Amino acid sequence: MNFDDTPQEAEFRTKARAFLDAHLKKLDPTAGEAGEFENESRDDIARAKKWQATKFDAGWAVLTWPKEYGGQGLGRLENVIFNQEEAKYHVPPPVYGIGHGMLGPTIMAHGNQAQKDRFVKEMARGQVIWCQLFSEPAAGSDLAGLRTSAVRDGNDWIINGQKIWSTGAQYCDWGMIVTRHDPNVPKHDGLTYFIIDMKSPGVEIRPIKQINGGSGFNEVFFTNARVPDSQRVGGVGEGWKVSITTLMNERVSIGAGQGAGRVKDLFRLARKVKRGGKPAIQDSATRQKLADFFVVSKGLQYTGYRTLSAISRGATPGPEGSIGKAVGAPLSQAMALFASELQGAVGGLLDRSASPDASWMEGYLASPGIRIAGGTDEVLRNIIAERVLGLPAETRADKGIAFRDIPSSAARK
Amino acid sequence: MNLEFSDEQKFVQKAARDYLAEHSKLDVCRKVLESGQPYAAELWKGVAELGWLGTAIPEAYGGAGLGYLELVLISQELGRALAPIPFSSSIYLCAEAILQAGSEEQKKKYLPKLAAGELIGTFALAEGTGDFNANDVETKFDGKSVSGVKLPVPDGVSAGIAVVVAKEGAGVSLVLVNLDGSGVTRTNLAAFDPSRPQAKLEFTAAAGERLGAAGAGAKIASAVLDRAAVLIGYEQIGGAERALEMTRNYTMGRFAFGRPIASFQALKHRMADVFAKIQIALSNGYYAAWALSNDNDELPVAAATTRVAACDAFTLACEELIQMHGGVGYTWEYDCHLFYRRARGLASTIGSPNEWRDTLVTRVDATI
Repeated sequence: MNFDDTPQEAEFRTKARAFLDAHLKKLDPTAGEAGEFENESRDDIARAKKWQATKFDAGWAVLTWPKEYGGQGLGRLENVIFNQEEAKYHVPPPVYGIGHGMLGPTIMAHGNQAQKDRFVKEMARGQVIWCQLFSEPAAGSDLAGLRTSAVRDGNDWIINGQKIWSTGAQYCDWGMIVTRHDPNVPKHDGLTYFIIDMKSPGVEIRPIKQINGGSGFNEVFFTNARVPDSQRVGGVGEGWKVSITTLMNERVSIGAGQGAGRVKDLFRLARKVKRGGKPAIQDSATRQKLADFFVVSKGLQYTGYRTLSAISRGATPGPEGSIGKAVGAPLSQAMALFASELQGAVGGLLDRSASPDASWMEGYLASPGIRIAGGTDEVLRNIIAERVLGLPAETRADKGIAFRDIPSSAARK
Repeated sequence: MNLEFSDEQKFVQKAARDYLAEHSKLDVCRKVLESGQPYAAELWKGVAELGWLGTAIPEAYGGAGLGYLELVLISQELGRALAPIPFSSSIYLCAEAILQAGSEEQKKKYLPKLAAGELIGTFALAEGTGDFNANDVETKFDGKSVSGVKLPVPDGVSAGIAVVVAKEGAGVSLVLVNLDGSGVTRTNLAAFDPSRPQAKLEFTAAAGERLGAAGAGAKIASAVLDRAAVLIGYEQIGGAERALEMTRNYTMGRFAFGRPIASFQALKHRMADVFAKIQIALSNGYYAAWALSNDNDELPVAAATTRVAACDAFTLACEELIQMHGGVGYTWEYDCHLFYRRARGLASTIGSPNEWRDTLVTRVDATI
């Protein structure tokens, strides 16, 4: 049991800092953060690509990937160390989370050699960006209820239907899509997974305006869009199995560190604002809440370390990764609300000229999205209940029934 | 970073679990609770013979000279078994106070007996409903003898010695008092958890010897309570884990509307919440156990964090244990109330979770 860096880890951290120092400006740790799901500008994307190329060329990109695919063949611990250090600097907005965190590992796990050679290394250098095409208007938590169809046509597949909540699709070059190739079998059995060129004819992308005004997500419409069979990932009918790999990686990447980072900012805010003429941090009701936020934040941080310590020995990420997001997402919302309340009347504004801590109010407006994206609070609780605690699944009305016979809100329209 | 307990440490835990599964079944706890006995004497003897009491006591003082990483795992198992013995009072509080502040002579005199279980010790700080704060005590020490009233004192009736927190002049000192000596009156109190008894101790010029320097009592007490918070935290986590397992097993076997009640999301989601709370406590506990085993500067923050998280987890797990059992959970016959009682008992000892929250904020604020 040792929470400190080993000598090797400490040496790695020093090297990472030296690289980052040479290229980036350090953040002021006392300044607030920007809100989530910002609408990245074209300029942001260009900066993100430039920074990714710099990292790749210097050997600091996709550290956990094998060297043959542009990675460094390092462990998850080194990756976390690098991320911890990188987070202390001004970096362009993150646009590679989905590709590097989820889609690359999915191709490496289920793709054929030609797909790995063609796509994975290119993804690593980040000059093309990838998005995920999973959710649909009538298939969210019940993802396997998706209806976008894939019909075989010679060496191609023809895709029709609609995806939604595709992060970054408006600036992405490639996507990974799960489709239904057979509605006559039970829902999980009729799915097939593809890599799709987002610039191909028949693909239309429309950004979604969110409650916070941002447009991080998109609707994507497919009208007779063609995908060559060589871009199928996994076998025909194996789409669900492949999707699960993507989703498990999603929960691990989204779960890592939600909310935990900001608890010290909350203490700083409570020092600054007044309650009854004194700093709020001296107010006992405020102190009770601060303590609870600290306890949960730290508990999440160390739970993350425990998971890492276990999987750095080579195990695949397990369902315990769900705890991070199940607890972290509502924690982010609760902390943002509390910080907004601490600011009194100003807590009702979204105006940086009125409060240097407006990022909390922005965060409160963004936080409902975090509780839904990448597995809702409810889905994550089901996962903990069923896969960790071994509780029975909810009785299902769609079990063993051919997909076309399952009652659905989409079919009723 | 390596957050695994070693194979040897896991072996200690497994051995403890196996022993307690046989010798500390829940009817052992129930028997103490119902009979008014101060503790399970046979279990205490067995635990002493196995050397558990001296796990973190150096060999020079009759201990096994292992460490806190082993002790926390034993503690987790004692919590899981609801072991009705004065382990925490005698070892986490009294022996720790002597280890932290005792003279060589005091260590040699008391620690071997505490490690062997021949002598039971306790720690007397509380004086009624006020703050659990060493600086707030009224009990007085004049350099030779102690006068005042302490309540509640865990295991105060069965203990042979107590570390008493008392005012000495303008400061606060710790005083070792032989509870079998003259000037000590003990009264058993009705405890929320009678499997872990509580007492009122009245001192009338009872002879005592100082433990640590005069006036250093508050500082030592704080260090002792931090250490106890981690050790008791593991006991709470062990109890919470068992309560969740019992909840799971019962709801899997209980059918309503033609299906196991464990298949209803209303229950599943709450069990997931209990699980998450336990993980939060356990992860904080890992950090605190590491800090404790290293005497690391992080211990004060980590201990307070663990204390709050462990109280919350055990309390929630036991409330849900009864709730998800339904009516039978409210019967004396079912074991749910043994856990519910233990959770409240442990959360009320060494200061309430709300006081620890306040302490935590003070400590964190000093580091930002």
